Amino acid sequence: MSTDLVRSTAAELADALAAGEISSVELTRAHLDRIAAVDGPVHAFLHVDADGALDSARAADERRAAGRPASPLDGVPIAVKDVMATRGLPTTCGSRILQGWLPPYDATVVARLREAGLPILGKTNMDEFAMGSSTEHSAYGPTHNPWDLDRIPGGSGGGSAAAVAAFEAPLAIGTDTGGSIRQPGAVTGTVGMKPTYGGVSRYGLVALANSLDQAGPVTRTVLDAALLHEVIGGHDPLDSTSIDQPQPALVEAAREGAGGDLAGVRVGVISQMRGEGWQPGVLARFEESVELLTKAGAEVVEVSCPTFVHALATYYLILPAEASSNLARFDAMRYGLRVLPEGITDPSAEEVMRATRDAGFGAEVKRRIILGTYALSSGYYDAYYGQAQKVRTLIGRDFARAFEQVDVLVSPTAPTTAFPIGEKVDDPLAMYLNDLATIPANLAGVPGISVPNGLADEDGLPTGFQVLAPALADDRVYRVGAALEALLQQEWGGPLIAKAPALEGDR
Amino acid sequence: MTETLLSFEEALDRFDPAMGLEVHVELNTASKMFCGCSGEFGAEPNTQVCPTCLGLPGSMPVVNGKAVESAIRIGLALNCRVAEWCRFARKNYFYPDMPKNFQTSQYDEPICFDGWTDVEVDGETYRIGIERAHMEEDTGKSLHVGTSGRIHGAEYSLVDYNRAGIPLIEIVTKPITGTRERAPQVARAYVAHLRELILALGVSDARMEQGSMRCDVNLSLSPAGSGRLGTRTETKNVNSLRSVERAARYEISRQAAILDAGQRVLQETRHWHEDTGITTSGREKSDAEDYRYFPEPDLVPVAPDPEWVEKLRAGLPEPPRERRTRLQQEWGFSDLEMRDTVGAGALTLVERTVAAGAAPQAARKWWLSELARRANEQGVELADLPITPDQVARIQALVDAGSINDKLARQVFDGVLAGEGDPDQVVESRGLAVVSDEAALGEAVDRAIAANPDVAQKIREGKVAAAGALIGAVMKEMRGQADAGRVRELILEKLA
Amino acid sequence: MPDTPAPSPGTVTREEVRHLADLARIELSDEELDHLAPQLAVILESVTSINEVAAGDIPPTSHPLPLTNVFRDDVVRPGLTAEQALSGAPEQEQQRFKVPRILGDEQ
Ligand SMILES: [Mg+2]
Ligand SMILES: [Zn+2]
Repeated sequence: MSTDLVRSTAAELADALAAGEISSVELTRAHLDRIAAVDGPVHAFLHVDADGALDSARAADERRAAGRPASPLDGVPIAVKDVMATRGLPTTCGSRILQGWLPPYDATVVARLREAGLPILGKTNMDEFAMGSSTEHSAYGPTHNPWDLDRIPGGSGGGSAAAVAAFEAPLAIGTDTGGSIRQPGAVTGTVGMKPTYGGVSRYGLVALANSLDQAGPVTRTVLDAALLHEVIGGHDPLDSTSIDQPQPALVEAAREGAGGDLAGVRVGVISQMRGEGWQPGVLARFEESVELLTKAGAEVVEVSCPTFVHALATYYLILPAEASSNLARFDAMRYGLRVLPEGITDPSAEEVMRATRDAGFGAEVKRRIILGTYALSSGYYDAYYGQAQKVRTLIGRDFARAFEQVDVLVSPTAPTTAFPIGEKVDDPLAMYLNDLATIPANLAGVPGISVPNGLADEDGLPTGFQVLAPALADDRVYRVGAALEALLQQEWGGPLIAKAPALEGDR
Repeated sequence: MTETLLSFEEALDRFDPAMGLEVHVELNTASKMFCGCSGEFGAEPNTQVCPTCLGLPGSMPVVNGKAVESAIRIGLALNCRVAEWCRFARKNYFYPDMPKNFQTSQYDEPICFDGWTDVEVDGETYRIGIERAHMEEDTGKSLHVGTSGRIHGAEYSLVDYNRAGIPLIEIVTKPITGTRERAPQVARAYVAHLRELILALGVSDARMEQGSMRCDVNLSLSPAGSGRLGTRTETKNVNSLRSVERAARYEISRQAAILDAGQRVLQETRHWHEDTGITTSGREKSDAEDYRYFPEPDLVPVAPDPEWVEKLRAGLPEPPRERRTRLQQEWGFSDLEMRDTVGAGALTLVERTVAAGAAPQAARKWWLSELARRANEQGVELADLPITPDQVARIQALVDAGSINDKLARQVFDGVLAGEGDPDQVVESRGLAVVSDEAALGEAVDRAIAANPDVAQKIREGKVAAAGALIGAVMKEMRGQADAGRVRELILEKLA
Repeated sequence: MPDTPAPSPGTVTREEVRHLADLARIELSDEELDHLAPQLAVILESVTSINEVAAGDIPPTSHPLPLTNVFRDDVVRPGLTAEQALSGAPEQEQQRFKVPRILGDEQ
């Protein structure tokens, strides 16, 4: 199967490895070759670790040979978003201020990937410190959408989504603070899953907004996401906000869902997430998908979550506030960039801090740091951060009320398909609107998945279908997501990603 | 730099002092507040650090349960209420010795609040209100390199983060008013009392000179009898009991002079200078200083289980006051003796010395005379002298056994304090044992008699009092290493 | 949490932005200020909408999941070596982080 090694799903690859049909070295090399061939124009990776990946691949093959695989995914390579601390591997968060930083420790997620035997291919591109929805705010240049290289791959995790969509990696790690896993999934025709807050350890994830951040799987299929989720998820004593209870059976739920039967499942369509501002092609695919769920036996009802209309404003007060404090540590004293101010002899520590933070942070980061400083500064706290925390309570109550009536909530993942690079880069408000549908889940800490559900008629670009479930019920989104995926693929006669145009370098 | 002062007495004629004391206590937990690094004092620079206390990107804090327990015990000992639910908050400000450029502390939800404790000065009791006791983390330590050696005029600084993240409990009093001329003594007595209490709880070694207990003195003056609160200054890092008293005294005189001249006192932090005994101007507290507190999102709330709190309350050591009354009875000290003992911060030392076998009066005598004098000369706290209660008790035991006398005992103290080892080693190495060799003693007595025939004659005639001269001569010859009582007996026998 | 009265929210002047950048230790050029100030004003205006949304009696949510009392046992765990700790330091000396001269006082 070596010709389509890179096009196979992680589940298929795991089976082939288990059956001894392929080796992890062979598999890893195939992906490294693919990266060499196509990543120039795509630019999904900021750093590729060929030697490290091949070393772990060899170790994986030895374990397989000895009949002691470390996990079902032992030997299946993976790409990791550059926001995760990786011991000895550059970790920049897409920022100049961390250029060349080599963490002396591994994030818990990364440690678990290593323990499970997944070779790490490299680190993927992202909006600087995960601030953005297009990956254009990376200090190292934008990532391009494999479906149309002139368009954005979503963000902030555009690198991970593009890597998976361009068959440079079967699996990737993303992080989702307001949609950074799900929205890139939607616009690149891939699967993105944001687990319940606290379901996956945040230790070693360079914080954007601590009370919203959550790491999760970026894959091409729902089953692959579940397989990866079971590897990285579960309690971590190093993360005080980590949930101390066993994970639900995610892979089992995905396999059950793939049967396509949703009899008795109550599905709620969020009425606030359609109408004007939403691209017609996106809404058309969404309605069709809802139809499919109904055919599969689901009871579909419309559910109103009135406070969701305030989610965006709430998010853009909480996030910058937490971020402004998180990013204070980048001060040129202990690690990272140090820039000496021009025209000052013998500058003070404070002057060096100012100069370094001016030179090391991009425009969007500065915007949000100043916005957050404002929201927290004395006199404004109650009106902004304090108020946002209260609205957050209301949004949580809307979810609670909704989940009394239904098992899952659904909506389009993003209001539009991928837009041209450069279109919104200096229009913050327009950019922020991309996360309209994904933000409420972060504010309430509930799990959400985005599943590819077609191409918009206007532009022939991928659209995504979002499934949300109550906190700790991640298995539900896998079941419903897998069901929709199966039903759609029956109609299409294959995965949506097969329709992606060839990239130069394709054999 | 030197400011005009008003005499303390004049100052108090015209103004009422109001004080607020902020004490930071470093807990003696094995690990730090939010990570598993050791907090051991004096390790090689940057060897007790990890991603969390270095504030590396991605690292996260986890609360040390023992530190929470210590905070609650301190609060309970200060008659505070314990919060049913409270959170940590970030105090945001930039400073190179602070790895995250925010300090994880507590803001409007301290774990302990609204307490009180009584201190005594000259037999009078003052009730000090406790505003709050909250948990936070310590910062790193900067070494300022340059001609001055001080922060000002330094060329650059070298930072060691071993201390960063060590648990601190900040204990803040309510405004202390109505203490008038006793204000400086009350301040000192409060800190001494707090230190005693912390030591009794065993939650910190509270060594002021090592910085494991640090005191900031807030002081303001208002026109006598006006009852208003004036503009306050915050004198930082006043790190000995003596200095607390001196700093308060100095600020009273300094502020009084300013107000007396019709000028305004600047609201600012001041630096205390141990050597010169003055305070100098530091950072002016401007509105620009905005800490942007908000709840620490990487930590979850602390909600102490009431049963746990009650268990901790039941396990508290005896309150200082009750303890003093009990000890005074057990030791049979007079009120004055007891007050001096407490005032000198020697209560626990005497208690441990007695526990080690010494008679209470003897224990008091050594600590309050001999050792207090030396502590004073060296300008350190009694407790910080390099001698233990056990060693003091042992020295007294040697005296009781007659193997040394008080005069020799002083030399043994010299030796122990000079680090020459335990009392017995010092006696050995310095050859301080009294001569109990009867023959040698007898010969010395004979020589003394021969050398002083007229004195001997007086004694033969019954003027026993004259024996003193001969005893002195013998002791002189024996270089003090003889039992004076025995010498007297021998003289009287021989001249009977 | 601060208790000083709120200046009219939703507006931000160029000088305020300069002051905020100062608090955040970011040196902003005049060009950057000219560019940022209006953008911030627009963003603030749009987020100010939530001011009326939640009544006073609504409790704030600081965490999506209501956990409490997550504590560590007080045991020492191995951390980093001094070499690892200093590996990213722009400058070091005597096994310490070398930083430019510090103005102002410790807090
Ligand atoms: Mg403090
Ligand atoms: Zn540490």
